[in-house]
Amino acid sequence: MADQAHIRNFCIIAHIDHGKSTLADRILEMTKTVASRDMREQLLDSMELERERGITIKAQAVRVFYEARDGETYQFHLIDTPGHVDFTYEVSRSLAACEGALLVVDASQGVEAQTVANTYLAVDAGLELIPCLNKIDLPGAEPERVAAEVSELIGEDAESILTISGKTGEGVEEVLEELVKRVPPPEGDRDAPPRALIFDSEFDQYRGVVAYIRVVDGVFTKGEAIRAMAAGTEADIDDIGFFTPAMTPVEALHPGEVGYLITGIKDVTKLRVGDTLTTKRHGATEALPGYRDVKPMVFCGLFPINNDDYPDLRDALEKLSLNDAALAWEPETSDALGFGFRCGFLGLLHMDIVRERLEREYDLELMATMPSVGFELTLTSGEVVEVHNPSDMPDPARIQEIREPYIKASVLCPKEFVGAVMELCQERRGEHSGMHYLSADRVQITYDLPLAEIVLDFFDQLKSRTRGYASLDYEVLGLRPSNLAKLDVLLGGDPVDALSMVVHRDKAYEIGRTLAEKLSAKIPRQQFDVPIQAAIGSHIIARETVKAYRKDVTAKCYGGDISRKRKLLERQKEGKKRMKQVGRIEVPQEAFLAVLELGDERGK
Amino acid sequence: MARLPDGDPAPRDGALPAAALAGLGTRPFGLYVHVPFCASRCGYCDFNTYIPGEGAVREGYAGAVLAELDLARRVLGDRAPAVDTVFFGGGTPTLLAPDELAAILRGIEERFGLAPGAEVTTEANPESVDARALAALREAGLTRVSLGMQSASERVLATLDRRHTPGRAVAAAREARAAGFAHVSLDLIYGTPGETDDEWRASLEAALEGAPDHVSAYALIVEPGTRLAARVRRGELPAPDDDVLAARYELADDLLSAAGLRWYEISNWARGDDARSRHNVGYWAGGDWWGAGPGAHSHVGGVRWWNALHPARWSAALADGASPAAGREEPGPEAAGLERVMLGLRLAEGLALDAVDAAAAEQAVQDGLLDPGALTRGRAVLTRRGRLLADRVTLDLLRQPA
Repeated sequence: MADQAHIRNFCIIAHIDHGKSTLADRILEMTKTVASRDMREQLLDSMELERERGITIKAQAVRVFYEARDGETYQFHLIDTPGHVDFTYEVSRSLAACEGALLVVDASQGVEAQTVANTYLAVDAGLELIPCLNKIDLPGAEPERVAAEVSELIGEDAESILTISGKTGEGVEEVLEELVKRVPPPEGDRDAPPRALIFDSEFDQYRGVVAYIRVVDGVFTKGEAIRAMAAGTEADIDDIGFFTPAMTPVEALHPGEVGYLITGIKDVTKLRVGDTLTTKRHGATEALPGYRDVKPMVFCGLFPINNDDYPDLRDALEKLSLNDAALAWEPETSDALGFGFRCGFLGLLHMDIVRERLEREYDLELMATMPSVGFELTLTSGEVVEVHNPSDMPDPARIQEIREPYIKASVLCPKEFVGAVMELCQERRGEHSGMHYLSADRVQITYDLPLAEIVLDFFDQLKSRTRGYASLDYEVLGLRPSNLAKLDVLLGGDPVDALSMVVHRDKAYEIGRTLAEKLSAKIPRQQFDVPIQAAIGSHIIARETVKAYRKDVTAKCYGGDISRKRKLLERQKEGKKRMKQVGRIEVPQEAFLAVLELGDERGK
Repeated sequence: MARLPDGDPAPRDGALPAAALAGLGTRPFGLYVHVPFCASRCGYCDFNTYIPGEGAVREGYAGAVLAELDLARRVLGDRAPAVDTVFFGGGTPTLLAPDELAAILRGIEERFGLAPGAEVTTEANPESVDARALAALREAGLTRVSLGMQSASERVLATLDRRHTPGRAVAAAREARAAGFAHVSLDLIYGTPGETDDEWRASLEAALEGAPDHVSAYALIVEPGTRLAARVRRGELPAPDDDVLAARYELADDLLSAAGLRWYEISNWARGDDARSRHNVGYWAGGDWWGAGPGAHSHVGGVRWWNALHPARWSAALADGASPAAGREEPGPEAAGLERVMLGLRLAEGLALDAVDAAAAEQAVQDGLLDPGALTRGRAVLTRRGRLLADRVTLDLLRQPA
């Protein structure tokens, strides 16, 4: 164990694919934490999905020892941070557990929006930043150009920026030296009432919730009773220790140290990210700053394609919730889709990850309705209500005002795409709020945008219109009143709840028409005409008709055709079972996804 | 091209379970003889046929058929009933000499006996028969001839790769009458790419001039793997349009009905009950039949089986004393129920209501798909609109498994 002056806590800030994990691996290897032969590529990213997507969802924290050129041995804690916009709050808590940050930028790609956003978070948190240009071994590296961008971003001389290669190890020792020299040792009073920050927590099926903690003041000892100050949770410390990256138990953790704590609590919501732990006896009275109750921002309905899977879906959501305090869900019943759950997510990536895990790890076939945001309504009665599902929108006559969440979106792109980015943001009801040249040809554009305009396919559109060169980050601004209306879709004259959406009135006509067209292409001909209507209230704004089919018969069915024909009908019978019945109309699953394609149309 | 269904292996001796044999003779019994030879291949055809040079040998073919009839006799045993109907299909059965067809027919009679008034049909291409051949066939004991006319339009016949001239089929029908055939059928195809409504009307009118007592009219099916399918895929020919096919069907039904031919199966019209193809009705009404020849299908007492496709494999098995069957199946209760609805609905008699879902039948009457009068008499019978949607109605009427 090192004394406090020899501890350095830091994290790595980098855009996806800029080499964070490779650098982390190299640091572990060079500090002999992990023998080379045990090196698994990108050791810190442990979940299968993380490895596949190349992103980090759960932060980890590894203790390593470094013998510096001054002859002293330093105890480093490398705290991994989630790398996506949905997890900004988690990132901010990981940063709060550090005194320094390595700012890693790909020497050929340059600064991206996410890097900027996280750099600002780190600066706000008072971290010492050590900028590094990574991948300088690659032929496309342009260290001078990118150094200029980084220097513009953090206001530091380009000469002081380290040039490294996580892959070859070049310059990495320099990084370790800089960490020793520039990152301040943790402050914190060993004799004060104990306080520790939970910067992550995860559920282990054998041990319960594992809280990742950074001790700020005092000492946490095994066996002691503790309390989570925001949640009010009380428990005894069953086990406490640090990561090598394997869990290594110790008797106690001291100020400045980073590690884990296990109490036997099974519910992640009782030990939430951002909460302050203290001891039950002689505990602190003031919590660490920055705790926030994270609320879901994006919602969608998840329905099992096979109705019999409903209990399995509920079990799977329960299990996922053990490890994901941000996932919210409640039962939802849809006339069209049957029994399912309305789920709330931090953002789109979070939604995708949950869906993929449900399908992959729990082997469920799911149908997801169009994602929507949460609205806040003031009714004419003065009552204020939240609505997470378009089909729950009250009658327009009862609504005085609808407010929707806005975000501040920050897009970084080469200057030739400024026009394309601004056009996209304008189409999506954006309000331009700033433009800033990071270098001669890279621009940061900021817009206030309704979150609802982002959830459909904004990111895909941004990528396709800038040939992949733009990056996006956003922060939530809060709710603003908007001129919104609920758009209903009627099939055969009856509204279909799963197809309702909330849209801006100015766009309602266009969206309604496009949606009706898309649906008419997806709904097969039936034995009667199927009118498809889009309506706001009782006002029909668009109409299409799927004409009745006139012929569905096999012309020839003689002795040799019977077995084949029967098998064909058996398959059609199975296909019919998978159709959703809306009244007498059979609607294929794909039709419910027609709304997801609306963006393509608008993008043209 | 021609395909066989997936099924279970068939036993080498072709033996059938006792339960399948138990009802022999309580249902009509037919014999189908497949003659797989053609002079050339038509672009739309996916039947199991062979043109010269494809390894199917005509010499000895009749003998191999007789060998399969021996097997049939062994398998069916002493309870084998007399044959009610015989059908020579193809291919082009009339590529066999009339005396070869006659020899096969005699072989059937020797092994099983022909029931009094047995129906004996052969298919024929208009260009492959003449007055003399037709007379010889009648002499040999055939009672019915079915001529592949397809169309009276030169252009349509060319698209279908048919070799006869527009007038030939009608002339052949007259020659068949003159040769003493009481029952003459003309086969027509509608919806060929490029065919107009007027051409279809003209084909129907031309067919009626031949005074057949039976007409089959089939919507053109673009079968995967055929030359026609390739031409449609490449965009050389338009795919048949369902709405157009529906209109052509209605036109056929109008003109044929006006000429005194009534529909008795979705694609078949006859002048009176006697003019129906009793052999084909056996397929739809759950009769028993033995199919002899390569790729031929059989059904006895709920067991379905099918022979090896290639004539050489088929005849080699027979020469070896083995069954030429390539596979068989015994559909379970649910599959058998589906077959019963699927096939029974095709007939003007329809099927008994106990085979269908009662509520769905009521709904189908509401929707104009089933005949309300027939329903009150306890039968599910398609209306004309229902005939055009028969596959759909079949699925709707299936009873939910308990």
